[in-house]
Amino acid sequence: MRRVYLDNSATTPVDPEVAELILTYYTTKYGNPSSIHSFGREAKKALEDARQQVADFIGAKSAQIVFTSGGTEADNMAVLGTAYANKHKGNHIITSAIEHHAILDTCLYLEKQGFKLTILPVDEDGLLHVEDVEKALTPETILVSVMHANNEVGTVQPIAEIGKLLKGKGIVFHTDAVQSLGKIPVNVDDLGVDLLTASAHKIYGPKGVGCLYIRKGTRIEALVHGGGQERKRRSGTENTPGIIGFGKACELAGQRLEADAAHLKNLRELMIKGIMETIPDVKLNGHPTERIPNNVNVSIRYVEGESLLLSLDMNGIAASSGSACTSGSLDPSHVLLAMGICHEIAHGSLRFSLGRANTVEDIDYVLEKLPGIVERLRAMSPLYDNERGCNSCTLKK
Amino acid sequence: MDHFTNPRNVGEIAEASGVGEVGNPTCGDIMRIYLDIEDNIIKDVKFKTFGCGAAVATSSMVTEMVKGKTIEEALQISNKAVAEALDGLPPAKMHCSNLAADALHEAIKDYVAKQQSGK
Repeated sequence: MRRVYLDNSATTPVDPEVAELILTYYTTKYGNPSSIHSFGREAKKALEDARQQVADFIGAKSAQIVFTSGGTEADNMAVLGTAYANKHKGNHIITSAIEHHAILDTCLYLEKQGFKLTILPVDEDGLLHVEDVEKALTPETILVSVMHANNEVGTVQPIAEIGKLLKGKGIVFHTDAVQSLGKIPVNVDDLGVDLLTASAHKIYGPKGVGCLYIRKGTRIEALVHGGGQERKRRSGTENTPGIIGFGKACELAGQRLEADAAHLKNLRELMIKGIMETIPDVKLNGHPTERIPNNVNVSIRYVEGESLLLSLDMNGIAASSGSACTSGSLDPSHVLLAMGICHEIAHGSLRFSLGRANTVEDIDYVLEKLPGIVERLRAMSPLYDNERGCNSCTLKK
Repeated sequence: MDHFTNPRNVGEIAEASGVGEVGNPTCGDIMRIYLDIEDNIIKDVKFKTFGCGAAVATSSMVTEMVKGKTIEEALQISNKAVAEALDGLPPAKMHCSNLAADALHEAIKDYVAKQQSGK
């Protein structure tokens, strides 16, 4: 059976060139970068080269990159580290309703500790409005954290405009760029951010590695204490092989950014058009134009997301869903709900996230299988025949 | 998995003796069960389900379990029994299995109510 991987926003395969390089740092160049002997120096040199590669990819200086165990840790470091370092200045934090849980839950954790939290709404396309950020600012505001591109619906937020708004106000501005890195240009100066989260495994690098960019002069309190690695900002022996893989993945992503984006956008448009033409009662979630090139998110009415995923999986197709059943909770995607999409339709959402390796044939295969799957599930759906329920929102377009 | 891939008894019964529906769109599972009852025996049963794979499988299983049973026997079928008949469900999915037996019991209740109102 054909196998088609369309869950690249969950994770990507490691580029063979990256994997080969990583292996060297497990088996032959295994020194601890903190050691002063030749083994350690060799690892240290490679570590610092990787730091430069990551920095170059986002337009930063290498001294401003702190490696972490991934995007989640970098997000935690950004939010908690800023809050703790600035609590003498104020206690107000602003974020958006569609952030990844690594941000939202960390902000809610701070709220329990007495910080004040404003969670900004988004419009029906999942877009945050800069005016809302402006209105939410108070003299107590110490941090604004808004993601660059949303992981579920792919909407790209006006980060540069928020950056302009916050410039010179003494408020720390953080963006989680995990989903935008490698898909669209990410440059810390163009975006005007003080802190930026990135992750390796979304850009054909290894899992378990990420980084936080920290602009010079931005105060961050360390969360992990110990041996003083990463300029005392994140103790613990560096994940040298992973970091070196992250560096290489950034270098490759930089070289391929334009070609990748064009390829992904072509497949994305093909897929959206194909789904819309072959299946009735489907809504495209997310912004029609302001979206990362690899994201297709649709709500297929009258059917439930997990059933769709299982059926696709039986045909060798890997996707993801905002359905409650896939998250282990009863509530469907907080992102879709924040966009004003009702529970019933949110449950029928399906995300295809395309990757470098996908082909037109992959998309054709999905378009060949999906309509039949939807038809089968609709035939057994009690919602399909009487079009009952869901008065709170209607399908548009 | 087989009950999801090839669910048994999908559909409706036009003049059903009893219909039961449980669930709501908020939690993401809606199940409707149709019963055809003659002389206290469940002659035929059909279902329609909007829900995850486990919800479809439990619906299918419960319809297989009640066919040919008496109402009293059918009322004995618990959510747990349905899950066991499927060789267990993951703990997070147990709320789905709750629906199948509940929908069945609702359908029987509907039948009993119809009988009492003399229809």
